[in-house]
Amino acid sequence: MLNSFKDKIGDVLLPGDVFSVQMPESITDSKPEKIVCGPGLRRNGDEVLVCKSGVLRHKPPNLYWIDSQQRRYIPVKGESVIGIVTAKSGDIFKVDIGASEQASLSYLAFEGATKRNRPNVQVGDLVYSQLIIANKDMEPELACIDSCGRANGMGVFGAGGLLFKVSLGLVRRLLAPQSEITVDLGKLFPFEMVVGLNGRVWVKARTAQQTLIVANMLESCENMTAQQRQVLFRRVADGSI
Amino acid sequence: MKDTPLSNCERDFLLNAIGEKRRLDGRQTYDYRNIKISFGTDYGCCFVDLGKTKVMAQVSCELITPKENRPNDGIMFFNIELSPMASPAFETGRQSELLVKLNRQLERCLRNSKCIDVESLCVVSGEKVWQIRVDVHLLNHDGNLMDAASIAAIAALSHCRRPDVGILGEDVTVYSPEERDPIPLSIYHMPISVSFAFFQQGTYLLVDPCDREERVMDGLLMIAMNKHREICSIQSSGGIMLLKDQVLRCSKIASVKVSEITELINKALENDKKVRKAGGRCGFAQSMPQERITALKADVSPVEMAGIKENANEIVQRAEAPSQSVPSPVLPAPGTGQVGEGLQTSWGLEEKEEEEEEEEEEEEDVQHVVEEQGRGDVVLISDSDSEEEEVVILNQEALPTKGTLSKQQRAADSKQQRAADSKQQRAADSKQQRAADSKQQRAADSKQQRAADSKQQRAADSKQQRAADSKQQRAADSKPQQKNKKQ
Repeated sequence: MLNSFKDKIGDVLLPGDVFSVQMPESITDSKPEKIVCGPGLRRNGDEVLVCKSGVLRHKPPNLYWIDSQQRRYIPVKGESVIGIVTAKSGDIFKVDIGASEQASLSYLAFEGATKRNRPNVQVGDLVYSQLIIANKDMEPELACIDSCGRANGMGVFGAGGLLFKVSLGLVRRLLAPQSEITVDLGKLFPFEMVVGLNGRVWVKARTAQQTLIVANMLESCENMTAQQRQVLFRRVADGSI
Repeated sequence: MKDTPLSNCERDFLLNAIGEKRRLDGRQTYDYRNIKISFGTDYGCCFVDLGKTKVMAQVSCELITPKENRPNDGIMFFNIELSPMASPAFETGRQSELLVKLNRQLERCLRNSKCIDVESLCVVSGEKVWQIRVDVHLLNHDGNLMDAASIAAIAALSHCRRPDVGILGEDVTVYSPEERDPIPLSIYHMPISVSFAFFQQGTYLLVDPCDREERVMDGLLMIAMNKHREICSIQSSGGIMLLKDQVLRCSKIASVKVSEITELINKALENDKKVRKAGGRCGFAQSMPQERITALKADVSPVEMAGIKENANEIVQRAEAPSQSVPSPVLPAPGTGQVGEGLQTSWGLEEKEEEEEEEEEEEEDVQHVVEEQGRGDVVLISDSDSEEEEVVILNQEALPTKGTLSKQQRAADSKQQRAADSKQQRAADSKQQRAADSKQQRAADSKQQRAADSKQQRAADSKQQRAADSKQQRAADSKPQQKNKKQ
């Protein structure tokens, strides 16, 4: 089983591909192997099915997942997302996070909010928040505070910047600890960026022109190799575009 | 499903950017996105890409009995489909407001402008006429659906061929394409719709709005026009008050755009005709790469066959008997079948990647050409064997060198001119400056000299003068006094 996974690392897999369980030749000499299936892999009895198209990735010791370029967001508990407030109803806000259903956000889930002291949130505002409930049978729920009651960077934001959508794969690449794209972009000119795991990116630079440059470059980064990207960035830095 | 809402920050940013004469995708105010027109394998099938907006039109025809009040006229039927594939906000089977609006506008644009000769569609007066049906399917929605739909519909109509009919007494025979060549529809002119979005009560105007621009716009003006500059329909929505000048200006812009797009459609049609005549793979068929697993035919490759039997016999004799042990079989999970295990899958993955790379490179090259040389045709037809064969791309960046000068071109030209001028100017200035400097220097030198001279002079003079003056003064003063005394 493990071998069949190891063979395929870095390969493109499609939904419906099967990893079959191979009976070990002698049961006594080896412990049963354990594999952790990440996104895109699903266990079905004795076999593991691929349910997303993408590249098989591996993280030692035994974590496997499919790295896909999908654009549709599926909520996962604990992920930080950018939402758009669509309605205020009673004591909750309805927030669009790009998922199949709107998420709810309690007005008490802001830092320092009490029944008297309501946060100032308008319809159409952007909130950076964390998913505290993400269940396939339930409405997702958001919070703008961490477990200690601190905002920790979350809350309402986004005056004057631009929001746009990129693929989830690009967002993960941007959020990777030593992301080349972020480092390269930061060398051009200073700007603020908020990246939500639901594929939404908010950018604000000093001028509208610079904001547009960053936004368009990020969008074009999606299908570029590292080399092409560096060429593009160099050209922008030289001011030829 | 509900559409993604537009956040306040996007709205503010867009409006600010438009105020600064910037657009999201870096276009100028009057620029269209790239237009790509391609045709399907069948006659009357047309795909139009307008940036990310994608539309397919299919024309079909049918013999029916005509309407009683118009026994000699064929019937045109237009139908637009908004599928959820284009945008999650669209629902099937529901007559949304947008759908009705688009359908009505397309009818007005194509049927009411009488661009198609409906009388030629008559077979037997009062009994049999052709009904031409145009189905427009929206495949992707990124704004300006109307323009894309009108281009696709008219291109599909001009690409369409109807079967030939023969009349013998009372009998009507429809000939198949093998028996007689199908006949193209007679089209008098090509009406094309051009959309203008207005912002901040008509202060700002944009051509070809994209989805997000359409959401923040105040009003929309759609002008359908043919290349003879005849307006076929004009519609304003959104309830803004437009000045007469603005409408006139829009119609002027529309005439330029329409002539460009008509040229593009004609070129695409011509290309398609050429490819079809040459018998090559055309339209959608050529986009399907060969060597797929579905291909059942393989070419016979020549193999050296001489002395093969002797060789084989030798090998069989020399070989040892096969061992009896069977290698441990691979046990696939129950209910799964595995084909060709251990082999490389040839599902065209690598080929595809290569193709994409090639395309990208091509595009980049094109951009290079445009940017660096600042010249190039508006209609780019790559003559490689790739998918782009009969595809025409309207590259907006290439506009500045086209014969029909639009405003931007002139502006761009004049900018360059100005830039060049200013350089010269600067060069000239600096020369003059230098010259002037040196002159001044000299002048200054000489001035100082002179000044020094003149000072001394003046000092000397003034002394004398003053002495003389004071004398006169005193004399003069004393005189009036005397006069006064006299008075």
